[in-house]
Amino acid sequence: MHELSICQALIDQVEALAREQRARRVLLLVVGVGPLSGVEARLLKQAYPVAAAGTLAEGAELDIEDCPVRVHCRTCGEDSDATANRLLCAFCGDWQTDLVSGDELVLTRVEFLREQAYV
Amino acid sequence: MCDTCGCNVTHGNQHLIAPGGKLHKTKQGSEALSVLKNLLSENDRLAAHNREHIDRHGVFTVNLMSSPGAGKTSLLEASVDALSDRYRIAVIEGDLETENDAQRIRSRGVEAVQITTGSACHLDAHMVHDALHQLKLDDIDILFIENVGNLVCPASFDLGQHRNVTLLSVPEGDDKPSKYPVMFRAADLVALTKVDLLPVLDDFSTQRACDNLRALANAAPVLELSVKQKDTMESWCDWLDQEVEHYRQHCQRGETLRPRIQPDGARLHAAST
Repeated sequence: MHELSICQALIDQVEALAREQRARRVLLLVVGVGPLSGVEARLLKQAYPVAAAGTLAEGAELDIEDCPVRVHCRTCGEDSDATANRLLCAFCGDWQTDLVSGDELVLTRVEFLREQAYV
Repeated sequence: MCDTCGCNVTHGNQHLIAPGGKLHKTKQGSEALSVLKNLLSENDRLAAHNREHIDRHGVFTVNLMSSPGAGKTSLLEASVDALSDRYRIAVIEGDLETENDAQRIRSRGVEAVQITTGSACHLDAHMVHDALHQLKLDDIDILFIENVGNLVCPASFDLGQHRNVTLLSVPEGDDKPSKYPVMFRAADLVALTKVDLLPVLDDFSTQRACDNLRALANAAPVLELSVKQKDTMESWCDWLDQEVEHYRQHCQRGETLRPRIQPDGARLHAAST
């Protein structure tokens, strides 16, 4: 859908963090994506080099971690795995569940080289 | 969800960033920083600003989403006819190219601001922000935002609205909630539209559509509507009456209303503090 604009938001955040940390170069970004975030990891990967070009993150690896769909059952209190279009409790089958994982779209980790290391 | 307090981290996903978890690793010689940044935070920030703005004027705001041709504009026309004696209504219209929908609304004497998105397939908080500045919000009770016809992208963008309404026209099939879980999970109300066609559609089951919606853990009401059958519109008007009343009570307490997909974050936030 709008993966390029998300990549641009990602790069903005990474650049802000990199400046804060006096990073010279960013090596790796880790982004957690759940199936219910509405974002397609494959498209994110494709759009990423375009957004990263000319920034501190140019050439950095983008690692996308799939976040599993998990629900917490309001009826029996158990947590279980689910799929994006069947958010049912695996224990009692009830549909009255809350999502505990699966809608993430988060930057979770940045790895970088600091300026000082090269002075 | 916010990025500052760690409410993005739930007991379902915290293993991902815990030491030894699969998101915790460092290449040789580099330093690592664990962060939790919601990548839509810029849109969410502006959406929150929009919500504050409309709340200052007490305008109950509904985001209408559906496939192209599911009947959003027809539902709006019928709503204007049914409700304009008791509410002052305005419409923000999202469309790729034309002003046709806005003109349909304006011909009924209701103010409509057209956002022509060009090739953008959804409205975002920024576009809605600009449109809000073209409206006299003090003269409005209910604001409808007609999103771009699309069951994918609009679901991911908070605009500052109070409620999400997703339309499913019966010729589209009763499995749409299963095919577009992100969209139907976000709905505060699902309106099955064009139900006057049900007698000639032997493959649409309202029960199956409801079951598919419940399988997304969504308890939202499901209404059967047809703008050609005026009596079916009562349930829609009743729902709006209830929600407007509910909203006004919140406003009096200095609170706001958010679409259902948001309370998860608020609930997790409460749990983490």
